[in-house]
Amino acid sequence: MFTETKVSGQVENLYGIMAEFNDPESLLDAANLARLEGYREMDAYAPMPVEGLAEAIGFRSNWVERLVFVGGVCGATGGFMLCWWITVVAYPHNVAGRPLNSWPAYVPITFEVMVLIACITAVVGMLLLNGLPQPYHPVFNVERFARASRDRFFLCIEASDPKFEPAATRQFLARLNPQEVMDVAL
Amino acid sequence: MRVKPEDREFTSVATLDPGPDKVIGPGHDYGSVTDEIGGVVFRPFLKTPRQMFIGFAFAFLLVNLLMIAVTWLFVRGVGVWGIDMPVAWGFAIVNFVWWIGIGHAGTLISAILLLLKQDWRTSINRFSEAMTLFAVACAGMFPILHLGRPWLAYWLLPYPNTMWMWPQPRSPLIWDVFAVSTYATVSLLFWFTGLIPDFATMRDKAGNPTARKIFGTLAMGWRNSAKHWARYQKAYLLLAGLSTPLVVSVHSVVSFDFAVAIVPGWHTTIFPPYFVAGAIYSGFAMVLTLAIPVRRWYHLEDLITMRHIECMSKVMLGTGLIVAYGYAMEAFMAWYSGGQFERYAFVNRMWAGGYWWTYWVLILCNILIPQALWSRRVRMSIPAVFVIALVVNVGMWLERFVIVVTSLTRDYVPSSWGMYYPTIWDWSTYLGTIGVFLALMFLFIRVLPAISIFEMREVVHHTGKEPTHVHGD
Repeated sequence: MFTETKVSGQVENLYGIMAEFNDPESLLDAANLARLEGYREMDAYAPMPVEGLAEAIGFRSNWVERLVFVGGVCGATGGFMLCWWITVVAYPHNVAGRPLNSWPAYVPITFEVMVLIACITAVVGMLLLNGLPQPYHPVFNVERFARASRDRFFLCIEASDPKFEPAATRQFLARLNPQEVMDVAL
Repeated sequence: MRVKPEDREFTSVATLDPGPDKVIGPGHDYGSVTDEIGGVVFRPFLKTPRQMFIGFAFAFLLVNLLMIAVTWLFVRGVGVWGIDMPVAWGFAIVNFVWWIGIGHAGTLISAILLLLKQDWRTSINRFSEAMTLFAVACAGMFPILHLGRPWLAYWLLPYPNTMWMWPQPRSPLIWDVFAVSTYATVSLLFWFTGLIPDFATMRDKAGNPTARKIFGTLAMGWRNSAKHWARYQKAYLLLAGLSTPLVVSVHSVVSFDFAVAIVPGWHTTIFPPYFVAGAIYSGFAMVLTLAIPVRRWYHLEDLITMRHIECMSKVMLGTGLIVAYGYAMEAFMAWYSGGQFERYAFVNRMWAGGYWWTYWVLILCNILIPQALWSRRVRMSIPAVFVIALVVNVGMWLERFVIVVTSLTRDYVPSSWGMYYPTIWDWSTYLGTIGVFLALMFLFIRVLPAISIFEMREVVHHTGKEPTHVHGD
């Protein structure tokens, strides 16, 4: 069924053009179609993670897991070296001739520091890669966008896309059977 | 019948519990779960359920008791407690282990059940993560208060200092410092990361500009972008994967505090697994103790359903049986090892010592009474589950008392045997931390979304494939 789509007020300085959908499946279809149409610079917004949506807008990244791996290795090395350095170099104790480098006793601290650093890296890395904290973003200029954190799903094709052309993009989005198509002011 | 979701924040109409098969009540859509959970936070102050005010006032009273007890402790020193030789580890260590254990259920629910893809974890995970955080805060207080000179607690950390002294990294007590501080930090990160998208929801939903600013700041500009979600989910999964071995390691390390020592009744290899199981046992008991009243006060029966309560009861029953196996093995090994002192420690624990009755109350609370949970009728009865959860809380506290105190009263040299009698300051400190815990829980439920909103939307997405009403506007 095709319904008449509202196209709301057009603006001068465009960040992009946004279409609103009612459910995740429509958003996923729209994102796939936009990619097939040749659009590359776009983002999809949903109130919860939607499986396959990131792939549909052509997003691939494995930086979080790489960073966490590096964080974990650094943490483990640091934790072990801390124990080793304290017991062997800084504060050696001869306990009945037992070896100073008593590595089995270092395992708990090594493990805990590894987990600690890896977890901090996961959270801080995720936030920084996402560009957060970010005090301003154009998508919030759209009033209806507040529902992206509630029950609506949005696809935004950005003006930086080489194929972006306001009238044509607006028309293309309107053909995807959205609730509404909106211009996003910069 | 359900009322319109928009009305919910101001009504207290009984909501429908869908029973033991469903994790969410009928008729929910993305908007209605958002409103129901957010509505708890956006309720006008005076519309807060009366029980919350009474509960908070009671908890706050206990917080003040803690303040007095701690002040007196700082003025006079640890002598105000009943501890002395040979029982130098009294309530402080009992409470430390008890609180840490309670925290563990939160991590289990948020991390391990996430990895196991258990759908019933979702509406209780936020809540139990907060419980973890506050329980660890209470736990962390005790070893520091027990130090004698608590203002020098930072000496436990390895830092370059003018004394040229370093902590001993071969000692379980220092492992404890690392384990507990890592656990507290990771629990905080896990909890906060889970809250970020919900902060964004609250920001977009808030009518009050101050609330919008506060939630907006906490959300840090989260905009629900698919790219954000992709990285977010990876980070969340990694946190879960890292927390899973962490939670096992933390209580293992806590058990090393005992198991590595040579005190009879402590020096046992079964301690790590049996402590971890006991921790989860007591933690689930505490989640039930908190979730049952809260779901009633805020009418969240359609989000925290009988399925959640039944699953938690089953976990309690299962971990309780592991704990029972632990008790049996301890007793068996004491007899089978033929060790004179180990065997005496058990005779002392069960009937010869001054605390024999605590052991039998513990067996009653932790092993006998919870067996009622085999019956589905009991699991389906909210009052019965609530009472059993309380009983298990008491039982697990007694378990730590039996381990810590009874073992210390009579060790190798009969001439230095001695009893431990808690003073009013021991009790005040203990009750005071219960007050801190409850007060923080009450505040948390009032000011932050106590159920993960975005994860409930996922539950709606996965369970509600059948068309629910999509309300246009």
